[in-house]
Amino acid sequence: MAYGAAEHHDDHHNPTGWRRWMMSTNHKDIGTMYLIIAMIASLIGGAMSWYIRLELAEPGIQYIDDFQFYNVLVTAHGFLMVFFVVMPAMIGGFGNWFVPLMIGAPDMAFPRLNNISLWLTAAALIMLVLAGLTGGGPGTGWTVYPPLSSIDFHPDAAVDFAILSLHLAGAASILGAINFIVTIFNMRAPGMTIHRMPLFVWAILVTAFLLLLALPVLAGALTMLLTDRNFGTNFFNVAGGGDPLLWQHLFWFFGHPEVYIIIIPAFGIVSQIVSTFSNKPVFGYLGMAYAMSAIGVVGFVVWAHHMFMTGLGADARAYFTAATMVIAVPTGVKIFSWLATMWGGSIDFKAPMLWAFGFIFLFVVGGVTGVALANAGLDYVFHDTYFVVAHFHYVMAIAAIFAMFGGFLYWLPKMSGKMYHEGFAQLQFWVFFIGVNVLFFPQHFSGMAGMPRRIPDYPDAYYGWNFVSSIGAAITVVGTFMFFVLVWQALRSGAKAEANPWGEGATTLEWQVPSPAPFHTFEDQPDMTGKAPAE
Amino acid sequence: MIKRFALFAITAMTGLAVAAGEALAQQYRSEPWQMWFQTPRSPSAERINEFHNLVFFVEAAIVIFVLALMAYITIRFTKKRNPVPSKTTHNTLLEVIWTGVPILILVVIAVPSLKLLYYVDAHPDPDMTIKVIGNQWYWSYEYPDHGEIAFDSILIPEEDLQPGQPRLLTVDNPLVVPANTNIRVLQTSNDVIHNWAVPALMLKLDNTPGRVNETWFNIKDEGTYYGMCSELCGVNHGFMPIQVEAVSQAEFEAWVTRAQEQFAENGDIPDIYAVLEEIENNDNRLAQLAE
Repeated sequence: MAYGAAEHHDDHHNPTGWRRWMMSTNHKDIGTMYLIIAMIASLIGGAMSWYIRLELAEPGIQYIDDFQFYNVLVTAHGFLMVFFVVMPAMIGGFGNWFVPLMIGAPDMAFPRLNNISLWLTAAALIMLVLAGLTGGGPGTGWTVYPPLSSIDFHPDAAVDFAILSLHLAGAASILGAINFIVTIFNMRAPGMTIHRMPLFVWAILVTAFLLLLALPVLAGALTMLLTDRNFGTNFFNVAGGGDPLLWQHLFWFFGHPEVYIIIIPAFGIVSQIVSTFSNKPVFGYLGMAYAMSAIGVVGFVVWAHHMFMTGLGADARAYFTAATMVIAVPTGVKIFSWLATMWGGSIDFKAPMLWAFGFIFLFVVGGVTGVALANAGLDYVFHDTYFVVAHFHYVMAIAAIFAMFGGFLYWLPKMSGKMYHEGFAQLQFWVFFIGVNVLFFPQHFSGMAGMPRRIPDYPDAYYGWNFVSSIGAAITVVGTFMFFVLVWQALRSGAKAEANPWGEGATTLEWQVPSPAPFHTFEDQPDMTGKAPAE
Repeated sequence: MIKRFALFAITAMTGLAVAAGEALAQQYRSEPWQMWFQTPRSPSAERINEFHNLVFFVEAAIVIFVLALMAYITIRFTKKRNPVPSKTTHNTLLEVIWTGVPILILVVIAVPSLKLLYYVDAHPDPDMTIKVIGNQWYWSYEYPDHGEIAFDSILIPEEDLQPGQPRLLTVDNPLVVPANTNIRVLQTSNDVIHNWAVPALMLKLDNTPGRVNETWFNIKDEGTYYGMCSELCGVNHGFMPIQVEAVSQAEFEAWVTRAQEQFAENGDIPDIYAVLEEIENNDNRLAQLAE
């Protein structure tokens, strides 16, 4: 086979040592480095959330008596998890690794651009850590609302560092998005038509468009905030004729698509896993692909549902309520199509399938609370309470983490050539699944009872469910470390993986190259005419 | 801040003496292990609660339906039970149904949702108005319809609490309002964005500098209502609670008379020269720190 031949002249023209990694233009190496960045950031961001739960386990102040530091933890946890865990892992990691493999391309369209994206992301992470270590740190929440984020209320350079960090991360994402769009449009193998691309490739394509359209808006808003803080402009300063709500509109015009940037790649991963382990092609492929596109489009016209309590007029709230509800329709199509894919299937409940199954459960629970939150009338009770925290961790954060774990185990044989330990992986799933549910489900109760977010101490009545929640956090810590043990064990002494360890259900192109995937793949272009997997 | 000790007496007058006849004012706040909303105690809150019951029913039905399908799939379509997978990938009718039925469900939710939204938004003919002003990290209340009443409402620290006063929720000067009255609330802020929220009344609205936001409430039951700031506003965001005393009309009028004397003396409007001096002192301190 042509692929086998490619493996043999691996070391002919490939840099080695530090040059291989620092100056890498190889989509697989870059993908691996993105995954490593995400793992490092997840440990920092996770440690912050565990520290928060430790503080909140009991009423009163236990550990964090500097409340600015508490706010910095809340802020940094959000930034890290969104910009440096989920996005690098999903798009940078799995996207880089598997988009070229799945469409039969030898690499990304712009390999050097890919390298710049990676190192800008790394620089952004360092900048964010610097922000946390500067002065009092950015205690603004990840939404960075002025006037709290203005020079008057955050006088040191911490917020400036955070802004520059987001600028770098945003530039990295925009460059990456261009790269993905060009790659997917121009480098598909013959016969790999748009309507035959695997759903993961569809997911990355939709995500890339969201990135390309949303992040420049964030960049503009961040620049305005930066000049407000440092150069005397008054975009968001009331005293100078500016408007704090302008920031919120700009931020959420980026911020709402951002949550789909996080979850749509997860849709793609779950679709691949469900189809593979059900031994069936995806049910309603076109519906699935266009549901993602529809979510992407509608995602741009619902931003002000984050601002129902800002004094927005009733007519505007009525529109944003209705528009937000519309999103439930394409997401419903996705849920039902996954179930229909499994229906009649011959399901092998291996660990990646457990994660996909868990994803669907979390996404449904978080999705229905989303329908409740879409109603501006109900936000009088829900807004800024722990109910919102529970909602978005279910539907977006933990759901994305589930898809990442599932995707990681699914593709680990292809990336490393090693199999993970199936029994331990399933045990890890159950520990993590129970952990996150014990952690986040009680937060619905605290929120309905009225407990606000982002407070370091709470009235004694909220003790019970907060304590349960912190127990859940402890279980989740165990589950997280089990994951790293699982990865370590697989890389160190995992069984050698075959080219296709998952059997007939795994029909996409990446399973046709050897495991681990050789440094260069598809030097001879595969011809998919008449045999592309999806439709 | 100096006012705190002087105003301690007022707390007693308003919070306890005002509710004379009852041993202790009824407190409306969350209970330990509470899993649901606080009992709604205003017409808006009752409607919000009622609408949420509908939404919750839909949510529960969807989750149960999907879980049932997942359970059936887990049992029925395993590799062992169903070794030969079906190859079905399309069913137009099914796809139309699972697009159409959710749309119908959403319409069923959306119609009452929008009605509720317009009802809660503003009252066309309120009986009185109060102003709520957010500050880092306390609330200021003003009664434009009742003369010169204006005061700050500051958290009472844990060590100064009287028996029966809940921690993190009790303030020195609660907002006192008559029950069964349509009250318009005008909200703004002196510094960053805050949010004035009272869960039992299902009230919540941002206090944004440079803007005046409007809402309204009508409290059905006399008693003490509690809430907390609901928008991250800096270091002491968790320590600027809201306490509202709902009293009878007669008690409210008596309170107004007392409050006009009490708060006029305190003169809440700051002396501009004192403020300027303070700013200068701060600048000097910062300059020293910079060195």
